[in-house]
Amino acid sequence: MTETFIAPQVEFAAVRKLYGNERLVVDNLTLSIAKGEFVTFLGPSGCGKSTLLKLISGLTSPSSGIIQVDGMTPRNARETVSYIFQDPTLLPWRTVRQNVGLGLELEGINRERRWETTRSLLELVGLEQVVDAYPRELSGGMKMRVSIARALATNPKLLLMDEPFAALDEITRDRLNEELLRLREEQNWTAVFVTHSVAEAVFLSTRIFVLAANPGRVHAVLPIEFPFPRTSALRASAEFNSVVMHMSRTLREATLQ
Amino acid sequence: MKRRLLPLANAACVFAAMLLLWQSILWIFHVPPFMLPSPWAVGRAVVARYPALLTSLSITAEEAAAGLIASIFAGVIIALIFAQSRWVRRMLYPYTILLQTVPIVAIAPLILMWVGAGSVSVALIAFIISLAPIIANTTQGLVSVDENMVNLFLMHNASPHQLLFKLRLPYAVPSLFVGIRIASGIAVIGAITGELYAGSTRVGEGGLGYSILYASSQLQTDYLFALVVAATVLGFAFFFIVMFLEWYFLHRWHESARTPETD
Repeated sequence: MTETFIAPQVEFAAVRKLYGNERLVVDNLTLSIAKGEFVTFLGPSGCGKSTLLKLISGLTSPSSGIIQVDGMTPRNARETVSYIFQDPTLLPWRTVRQNVGLGLELEGINRERRWETTRSLLELVGLEQVVDAYPRELSGGMKMRVSIARALATNPKLLLMDEPFAALDEITRDRLNEELLRLREEQNWTAVFVTHSVAEAVFLSTRIFVLAANPGRVHAVLPIEFPFPRTSALRASAEFNSVVMHMSRTLREATLQ
Repeated sequence: MKRRLLPLANAACVFAAMLLLWQSILWIFHVPPFMLPSPWAVGRAVVARYPALLTSLSITAEEAAAGLIASIFAGVIIALIFAQSRWVRRMLYPYTILLQTVPIVAIAPLILMWVGAGSVSVALIAFIISLAPIIANTTQGLVSVDENMVNLFLMHNASPHQLLFKLRLPYAVPSLFVGIRIASGIAVIGAITGELYAGSTRVGEGGLGYSILYASSQLQTDYLFALVVAATVLGFAFFFIVMFLEWYFLHRWHESARTPETD
């Protein structure tokens, strides 16, 4: 089966986004993300990376053009979409368990079923020891794990991630990258990821959109063909590093343009 | 435990030093007792008129508590209205500043005129004076919710009801407590001030404010001092009750409620 026969998970058709009627943040963007892909938007600041995620989630609307998520408008597709923000965005008055169960609670799922899902997810991200802890007692990496578990709790088809690991130290970031891929093997969601870290983008993605800024537009699209499962051994390989170098060059071109 | 006792011991030393200073002023300047009674005489007055003192104290405590509790409910409701839109805030906020700036001694006689003498008037004065800090702080808490937290709720198609009760209100609780802490002190001041005007329906019997006025007119200066001490104790009691409630509700999750020992 070729890609053309699979309904796309996300589709942009001639999307433009202006802020305040003048500043063009996204210019005439057309792209398609297939089910099961791990797509990363890589670009300098000001290229509208985060705006793209806001558009896909329906938190903001395009000035012109059409966006479809799973064949629906972004707002109608929200039930199947989860968003992971740059900050863990945990509610400090809720325990880990209550934070992970938040989405299900808002959707009216009863307590027993909520706890079932929450417990298995917390085991999956290795947080079964701290289910009743409050966010302030957790480290940055643990908070982000809770945030990921919360996003996965509603069983999304599409996961939007806005530089989720930018604030973490490199070791934690690498480990969470590996965990994220492991979760993807098990759960089979489509991912749209935003970052300005080239190595992270190469490690995670099946396809990278390199964006240029002012206004945000696609500078290059590059498939990353390393087979899954990818492990930390991949980072040490020469092929990986040559892809990263090539990608860095492309990013530099996009920035200078 | 040692670390907790040390500040208490220090406070006790300061207290003893103040009593000593007070007594020395009496010795050096030979002040007559109706101008400034000795600490000993004040202590005697406390013991001798204990039941009357306690009655006055409980009257004032009830009025201040009623005013404070009413202002918490009304303040939160008004803050919820303010939090609806910037437009509403701009339109109505000047009137909260009015609440804060109008001298309570100026409106107390009006309230006495409209409502009549007695505890209801006094509680009303305590209510008015403690309302503004609760409105201001709670509104601040409600509108400063992290934008991504709101986005998170929107992504789960949360209803306005869920946004309010599961996000905005819990988020505002620490700010509400800041407001209550400020209000608790001024509610007591408001009640005592109110009693100076509207304190009693019977001669010689009323709250602390009324009794202070009565004692001064009778030149019972030692008892007047005893009443002042009682007023101070009442203010402290309110403050510590609020501190305890704040700790009780926030210590598990809020950063500010962390005690140094647990760090």
